Amino acid sequence: MKPTIERVPSPIPPGEYFLLGDEASADGAVAAGCNFFAGYPITPASELMVRVVHRMKEFGGTFIQMEDEIGSISAMIGAAWAGARAMTATSGPGLSLMLEGIGYAAMTETPLVVVDIQRAGPSTGQATRPGSGDVFQVQFGSHSDYEIIALAPWSVQEIFDHTILAFNLSEAYRVPAFVMADESVGHLREKLTVPETVERWHRPARPGAPPFDTDDADGVPPMPAFGQGERLLVTGSTHDARGLRKTQDSEVHRRLVERLVGKIRRAADKITRWETYNTEDAELLFVAYGFSARAALDVVMELRRRGVRAGLFRPVTVWPFPERALIEAAAGAKDIVVPEMNWGQMTREVERVLHRPVVALPQVDGEGMRPETIWQGIREIDVVSREGT
Amino acid sequence: MSRELYPNLRLEVFPTPFCAGCGHGILLGAMVRAVNEAGLDWDRILFVSGIGCAAWIPSPHFAADTLHTTHGRPIAFGTGALLANPELKVVVISGDGDLAAIGGNHLIHAARRNLPLTVVCANNHVYGMTGGQVAPTTPIGDCTQTSPWGAEEPPFDLCRLVDGAGGGYVARHTVFQIWQLIRSLTRALKFDGFSFVEAVSPCPTHYGKLNEIPTLGDFHRRMRGLYIDRKRWDKLSESEREGKVPTGELISR
Ligand SMILES: Cc1ncc(C[n+]2csc(CCOP(=O)(O)OP(=O)(O)O)c2C)c(N)n1
Ligand SMILES: [Mg+2]
Repeated sequence: MKPTIERVPSPIPPGEYFLLGDEASADGAVAAGCNFFAGYPITPASELMVRVVHRMKEFGGTFIQMEDEIGSISAMIGAAWAGARAMTATSGPGLSLMLEGIGYAAMTETPLVVVDIQRAGPSTGQATRPGSGDVFQVQFGSHSDYEIIALAPWSVQEIFDHTILAFNLSEAYRVPAFVMADESVGHLREKLTVPETVERWHRPARPGAPPFDTDDADGVPPMPAFGQGERLLVTGSTHDARGLRKTQDSEVHRRLVERLVGKIRRAADKITRWETYNTEDAELLFVAYGFSARAALDVVMELRRRGVRAGLFRPVTVWPFPERALIEAAAGAKDIVVPEMNWGQMTREVERVLHRPVVALPQVDGEGMRPETIWQGIREIDVVSREGT
Repeated sequence: MSRELYPNLRLEVFPTPFCAGCGHGILLGAMVRAVNEAGLDWDRILFVSGIGCAAWIPSPHFAADTLHTTHGRPIAFGTGALLANPELKVVVISGDGDLAAIGGNHLIHAARRNLPLTVVCANNHVYGMTGGQVAPTTPIGDCTQTSPWGAEEPPFDLCRLVDGAGGGYVARHTVFQIWQLIRSLTRALKFDGFSFVEAVSPCPTHYGKLNEIPTLGDFHRRMRGLYIDRKRWDKLSESEREGKVPTGELISR
């Protein structure tokens, strides 16, 4: 079913601001109509939570600091089924704890938004340093098959816009949605323009209809809330259209998992977003997202000045991955280069989609991606060395 | 099930999956009676449960909103639902493994917050659903699959745990003390603050068979000697209390 869409005046006064990425995301949440936030402190996402505390007081909504991230995600799911637009903000270690709840939210088709301000390294790693190593964690971290939506902002403006978009997509498809910013964007201070009005999409509703299956081609059933007299059965076990546990029925199980995955894969062309810079005639194509894309764009512009036909493809949704658009953008490229702040996570996805080897440029030193890292990495590439750079 | 309970049950899902002699079915009936006794609206009540046999008491049997969550997390899910819609009466029903082991942190923090949440623990002193492993509630010396020579670790007294964490209302009964159990559940539901009821429930299948208490009748005889009503308990000497457990309304503040 389709979401209902409304356009409302922005509760945050329209105009120009100079803000931290984390703060812009908090304001984006308020603009998106977020009215429930459960969180647990973690660097580099704490500034977001702290701003939400004040924003909820100002604009209405509930904030609770839970005892841990498992509690946060669980409280969000409970709140979402009680009708709330729920959100949290965390970083890699917190997200690891939330995965149980992410799987449950995917299984029960619960809309919610997780802003993941990624930091460097496995485990506690470097808490205050940037990284973008959660590419696979957000999509594959919980067990078995499910789909989510993940956006990767590269600026303060975009983390604001993406927080709103994450709410809307999450409500429309009844899936968890992520804003995967890296610390470099979360702690970046830049100009933000808050628009006059914002669009809000609301989960589809049809009183009395089964909440866990539909004949609609889009595969998204309507979602009721607790307290409406619907006497709902919500469970993370395999369930039928009404929510009744069916833990031994292979047909019900197959149908459910197919729909959970299919409702996103079939809509991938509608959900995916990307940007291209000089890709039409590019011989050398960079694929980069988040903060790394800023460094990549810098290199592309310089290469163009030197006469090299370079271009940038920037996935805006990391999941679903913009496969078709990438294939098109890469059609004429001799070389593909993927700079990223992890040991080649998206590189794998790019290779899988393009069926050809690409040059991975991992930078895992706990620093934001530098143009020099990219220059170093592309020295040997023909089109670059030929131009005598 | 007695006919007076029919309107509040999803009759099409009966019989329950509980084993012969399991106490969880008795608690199921007691809970329905308590909700009606407390005069609550079945359209405004949410039952939240975790994972385990006890978690199946409300889901799918109760004709109300039910949220069957992940193992150990029902209190956190319920906290979110309650805060998002304070008009809901949120009741958590789950097992001892669920609430006291994997979910123990959520239990003590919910008690500390003292939000008007009712938590009912069906305590069978064992992990029933997974075949009978030792729980943090298994008395020292009792045998389970993973303590075949007798449990060695001291167990939690759940009521004292919740009391210490700040819960406003705390009661304990065996499912054999049925009228007292219904009365405490009713008071818990009406209590303005965090309320906790421990319902001691026999598990003949996975617990009894390893501890020479194979039937419900055997459990009844054993529990009668072990679980002492508070009025009698208060008069017992230190040595007489040894190995026994007080029941009744333990805290109301
Ligand atoms: C994360 C996780 N770990 C382990 C399990 C397996 N498991 C299912 S039920 C259960 C124990 C339930 O015991 P209790 O809460 O005491 O309920 P009972 O079955 O005894 O009523 C366990 C460990 C699980 N479902 N999820
Ligand atoms: Mg148990």
